[in-house]
Amino acid sequence: MVTPTNNNSASQPTPAIEVTGLECGYDDRTILRDVTFSVDRGEIFFVIGGSGCGKSTLLRHLIGLRRPTAGTVRYFGEDFVAADPARRRELLKGFGVLYQSGALWSSLTLRENIALPLEEHTDLTRRERDEVVAMKLAQVGLAGYENYFPSEISGGMKKRAGLARALALDPGIVFFDEPSAGLDPVTSRQLDELVLQIRDTLKTTLVIVSHELESIFSIADRVIMLDREAKGIIAEGPPRKLAAESDDPRVREFLKRGDGSSSETRAE
Amino acid sequence: MRKREPKPVRIEVGELVSWDSALLLFWRSARAWCEEHHIALDDSAMPEDARTLMKQLDSVQVKEPAGERAPDLFTAVGLATAECRQRVKEIAHFVGECTLSAISVARRPHRFRWRDALAEMQQCGALGLPIVGLISFLVGVTLAYTGAIVLRQYGGDIYVADLVGLSMVREMGAMMTAIVLAGRTGAAFAAQLGNMKANEEIDAIETLGLRPVEFLVLPRILAVALMTPLLTLYSNALGIIGGMVISLFILSISPTAFWVEMLTIVDMSDVMTGLIKAATFGLIVGLSGCLRGLQADRTAAGVGRAATSAVVTAILLIIIADSLYAGVFNILGW
Repeated sequence: MVTPTNNNSASQPTPAIEVTGLECGYDDRTILRDVTFSVDRGEIFFVIGGSGCGKSTLLRHLIGLRRPTAGTVRYFGEDFVAADPARRRELLKGFGVLYQSGALWSSLTLRENIALPLEEHTDLTRRERDEVVAMKLAQVGLAGYENYFPSEISGGMKKRAGLARALALDPGIVFFDEPSAGLDPVTSRQLDELVLQIRDTLKTTLVIVSHELESIFSIADRVIMLDREAKGIIAEGPPRKLAAESDDPRVREFLKRGDGSSSETRAE
Repeated sequence: MRKREPKPVRIEVGELVSWDSALLLFWRSARAWCEEHHIALDDSAMPEDARTLMKQLDSVQVKEPAGERAPDLFTAVGLATAECRQRVKEIAHFVGECTLSAISVARRPHRFRWRDALAEMQQCGALGLPIVGLISFLVGVTLAYTGAIVLRQYGGDIYVADLVGLSMVREMGAMMTAIVLAGRTGAAFAAQLGNMKANEEIDAIETLGLRPVEFLVLPRILAVALMTPLLTLYSNALGIIGGMVISLFILSISPTAFWVEMLTIVDMSDVMTGLIKAATFGLIVGLSGCLRGLQADRTAAGVGRAATSAVVTAILLIIIADSLYAGVFNILGW
């Protein structure tokens, strides 16, 4: 059993994610350099920053869609970047990803979408898989939608279904790419509640890329803020502390819009 | 001639109720004209909001759209060669990746997505029957007509059967089927995979620890590579029927006579050469469709370009493969 923790001392278990000196970019263009942070087990960790600061780029490098030019990423102490392809695939099973668009496979029903990771990576029988699917859908509030196709449900439901799929293998870490993008404030808040519920029930570590201030202030344990000019992390800590105490005007300016005026949301 | 003293210009806005960007553009050009002619411009009557916008407009410089400068001949040839090399490399890399995945699937056939392959077979095989049938029939008709014009002059009407039979079985059956499939199935593969890429569906497959090639590409390639030879047989039959119909009505050759004459020249080896080609063309259609789909940009225009490029790549490679086969079969004496 892993207990959520906010401080990172030697007596604590290995952090869920340890990123050291990560350098990311496309072709010859460096987007981020020397990114170092760690995420504790069971933590809700936000990666924040303005548009174009490299949040999504960082995420794509963390989940192995792109190879960093330098640096290491460790999951539960194991090096992900240097791992051989077979081991990487093994490690990939240990985390789920909720993409911005939900990224459900459009030719499959929700049942088939959620059952696919189970089919590929477990020995469950068809009946057991169906039970897991029903359970995961119920967990995200979509009970009874097994036979719907992604095109038949709303944007908010797609995100939930995507989350159900990300949770299918009971991963230790779940990554979210802009979970509230394109959602109305109510749906967005429901998604936040779902995130909290997942952490509290399953003790999952959650890494969320977002600039939704309302979510940041209501559920984040800790954030790192990226900046386009600095090409790296300019602040790290609990969001309210940063908003109140940060010396950096960029950090204060970004965070002050949401602190206290929680109804205010910004769209990219 | 005495130069007239220029008078100051004043812009009057009168009872201006509403205005839009046209006012700013007019103001800007009036100011430029006055500056050019050294005339004072009095624009104090301009509304305050317009003045704010004008300040913003002044701070930007209107840039000329960057013109495409054609490189000189050597640069153009060099760039084209480099691009050609890159393209060949991409195709070779993709074929290699598909081969490795196919080997890994052959070791564990239960992990193959048979259901997807069957669905694709239905899509490109069974549902392709009407269009392949129609086109092949018409190709048979055209061949018979063209042949009749020449052969009639020498009293060799009956040899239309040989011409139609041999052309369909050795060449046109496989070629027409492959070209229809390139347009129908290859483009569809590219569009499907391109769209899946734009929608992050392929990323989702990768982060699940699965290989997109094994998962998406192999079932499609298998489907089209199996269906092309079958459709080719069907196309051969329809083409020959087309030739028979024309022979019957134009040349008064009975279908029996047509068939008997055709069998004097067409044998199983001709059918087999056609089928070998067909299987290769099928692979080409599947590979080009999937390759272009996976390479597509994550935009609507990118998906469109991928579909176009899939068809062009497939047809180009089909023609190249066909000429290579012609040479090889000639050497082997098939």
